[in-house]
Amino acid sequence: MGVNWSRDVDQTLAAAKEQFRPILLDFSAAPA
Amino acid sequence: MIHQNFLPVKAHIKEHPAWFYRFDAVWTPTVLLLDSTGKERVRLEGYLPNNDFVAALMSGLGRIAFVHKEYADAERWYGDLVARFGNTHFAAEAMYWRAVAHYKATNDHTVLGKVAEELRNTYPSSVWASKAIPWLH
Repeated sequence: MGVNWSRDVDQTLAAAKEQFRPILLDFSAAPA
Repeated sequence: MIHQNFLPVKAHIKEHPAWFYRFDAVWTPTVLLLDSTGKERVRLEGYLPNNDFVAALMSGLGRIAFVHKEYADAERWYGDLVARFGNTHFAAEAMYWRAVAHYKATNDHTVLGKVAEELRNTYPSSVWASKAIPWLH
């Protein structure tokens, strides 16, 4: 099952505060 | 596992180099687990096989619950990790913190002596067995 990744850190930080949910932030250099 | 418990966001070195600098990401892969306030609680640097990665995420959820003093949730995450992924690199640590979470919730210090024995018997070469030595009777 694929993960639906956000590409916007600041939007995700705001959503996390609103929804009281933690964030998984994945730093990658892998080819797309 | 990821979608159920986290808001996932990806930063690629070519698309978002500023985010690497902002979060001090100095190697890839690096995974950060942030709590809902945006505070970093766990940093995973380097590749992990799938079972170890899932165990690491469970450990991170336990950590996030623990630092927010949600000790019952922390104990549940660490307990699930030990039960499901007892053969991973994160199991001994989870066994340790499961006991600490229980102690923090109940003030029952006997759990610490028990886990020290359990760690010595189950993961004798782990650093977590060593950290529990003061609790042995």
